[in-house]
Amino acid sequence: MRLTPTEEQRHFAASLHDLLGPSALDAARAWSAGDPVPGLALWRKLAGLGVFELTVDGTPADLVVAFEELGHHAMPGPLIETAIAPLLTGSTAPPGQRIVSIGAPLALDADIADLVLLLDGDEVRVGTPGARHESIDPARHLFEVVPGRALAGNAAAARDLAALLCAAQLLGAGRALLELTVEHAKSRVQFGQPIGSFQAVKHRLAEVLIGLEFARPLLHAAAATLAPPDISAAKVRCGDAARFAARAALQILGAIGFTREYKASLWLAKTTALASAWGTRADHMGRVLAAL
Amino acid sequence: MNDTAFREQVREWLRANAPRLSSVDTAEGFEAHREWERALAAQRLSAVAWPSRYGGRDASLTQWLIFEEEYYAASAPVRVNQNGLFLLAPTLFAHGTEEQRDRILPHIATAEQVWAQAWSEPSAGSDLAAIRSTAAAVDGGFVLNGQKTWSSRAAFADRGFGLFRTGQDRHHGLTYVMFDLRAPEVTIRPIAQLNGETGFAEIFLDDVFVPSEDVIGEVGQGWRVAMSTAGHERGLSLRSPGRFLASARRLVELWRSVGSPASSAEDVAEAWIGARAYHFHTLGMVDRLASGERLGVESSLGKVFWSELDVGLHESAMRLLGERAELRGEWSSAYLFSLAGPVYAGTNEIQKNVIAERLLGLPR
Repeated sequence: MRLTPTEEQRHFAASLHDLLGPSALDAARAWSAGDPVPGLALWRKLAGLGVFELTVDGTPADLVVAFEELGHHAMPGPLIETAIAPLLTGSTAPPGQRIVSIGAPLALDADIADLVLLLDGDEVRVGTPGARHESIDPARHLFEVVPGRALAGNAAAARDLAALLCAAQLLGAGRALLELTVEHAKSRVQFGQPIGSFQAVKHRLAEVLIGLEFARPLLHAAAATLAPPDISAAKVRCGDAARFAARAALQILGAIGFTREYKASLWLAKTTALASAWGTRADHMGRVLAAL
Repeated sequence: MNDTAFREQVREWLRANAPRLSSVDTAEGFEAHREWERALAAQRLSAVAWPSRYGGRDASLTQWLIFEEEYYAASAPVRVNQNGLFLLAPTLFAHGTEEQRDRILPHIATAEQVWAQAWSEPSAGSDLAAIRSTAAAVDGGFVLNGQKTWSSRAAFADRGFGLFRTGQDRHHGLTYVMFDLRAPEVTIRPIAQLNGETGFAEIFLDDVFVPSEDVIGEVGQGWRVAMSTAGHERGLSLRSPGRFLASARRLVELWRSVGSPASSAEDVAEAWIGARAYHFHTLGMVDRLASGERLGVESSLGKVFWSELDVGLHESAMRLLGERAELRGEWSSAYLFSLAGPVYAGTNEIQKNVIAERLLGLPR
């Protein structure tokens, strides 16, 4: 079992980082404001790099590395849904040019999707967007799904892969929150010194790093085994680590962290939303317990 | 031998041979543990990853982890010479001379020489560089004077190793020295720990001569040498994941044996997940070591993680035991021991400072 990314995977992550670095945050802001154009342009570039083909051509470990980077840059859109779609449609056509939204039960960004699916227990259906709901993450537009004809996809495998990729995104979001909080702690001066020189701040940030670094091996192990309890353990710990990073970020950033204008808000909102997406903490804890 | 065959061999041998021994912190318990180390060494199992010329079997790090998993799963005895095996030996491999390795390592493997560590002093705990005990240069060696404390295993061990002051400079005035605990100029005063047993001791040194060949590394380079040992103490060697996997498995059994109460379900699952996280993290480190990377400061991450995991796991066990938790037994004694984890091998506060300053780049 391989528990650290390969050279090739690291290069792929670095190319995603280079692509998303300058523009993903602006795209996320526009997406939140109802303008998907910059986000869709970025989406096409991601598709061009082959991100959405990894489900068919790559390994779960490749996907996990890619999705950590997508979370790291707060990339908006139904990324997980599009990536898992081949498991539901049985289509081996190159995905990615086709944006897929999946209701489980609410469907993310169904308004801009080329295909809307609904997961209802073990059943998979084609659907159409219904009533819209607002998420606390302004970059997530959620829709009810009006069910249509049934498909013969593997709902259980799709849900598991979605939970795994969601865990990866959470880990990336947690890492982004740690990075921006560390930068703040180095530059923000109070009492005549950078606040990062105070032990209370140092220790909390050290704890954030520990949480992230010990969630990551669970993620990579789950990508290697695809065993449901392993995926659930990864979802629980990546979610916890990201939430812990979010709390530390809010506390150390102070009031600026509580503004929508400052970039931290993108990840703060997303970690909250993703923590309960694709299985709540309690759901996943239950699966770990059932396997003990 | 492949990993599966090795695992089978170790498991079978431990099943047939691992004894239940009385406490290592009594004179006869200590000797019984030494006897057990001899039995392990006779099978070349006391230090599997060492070169065979020193008593090992040239096994990979992966096989060492397998050995550890099986060892803890078998509830085999405490490793009485763990200071020698996991602290001194890595230091000798990294900084010792050929002569020192040939002279010392085989006796660690067989536990003919059991080692105690001598780091802390009354005024040098977390601030280890505040060490005052001295090593004064004399003809052919050094003379040690001063006091060491919280010295694990010193009550019954044969030899000790630690840092001594050879100069005024805070860090560059320290030298790494090995010395004889049985010398007449050494006085040992055992200290009863929270569990009543004398797991550590004070050491008083009164003009103790040590020959030059018992200095590891250069004179004045002791801090650098010791920090590489400290990395081992915190990281891969001293706390192998097998220990926590075995404890987590026992916690699950305990939980089941009291009717799988829902109120403790999450605690038990957390301990299980934590042990797996540490296990997979360690396997990842082995991957990286195998590809030629060096690990340093990162060992601080693991030290905080395993010590907190261990406390949480044992607290869960104590809750499951209910009003019987206070009774002396394996869980309660392991619980007390777990409480020391966040303190020894560098307090978790010091580790978090290291993580913040050296991994996150926060100002000192």
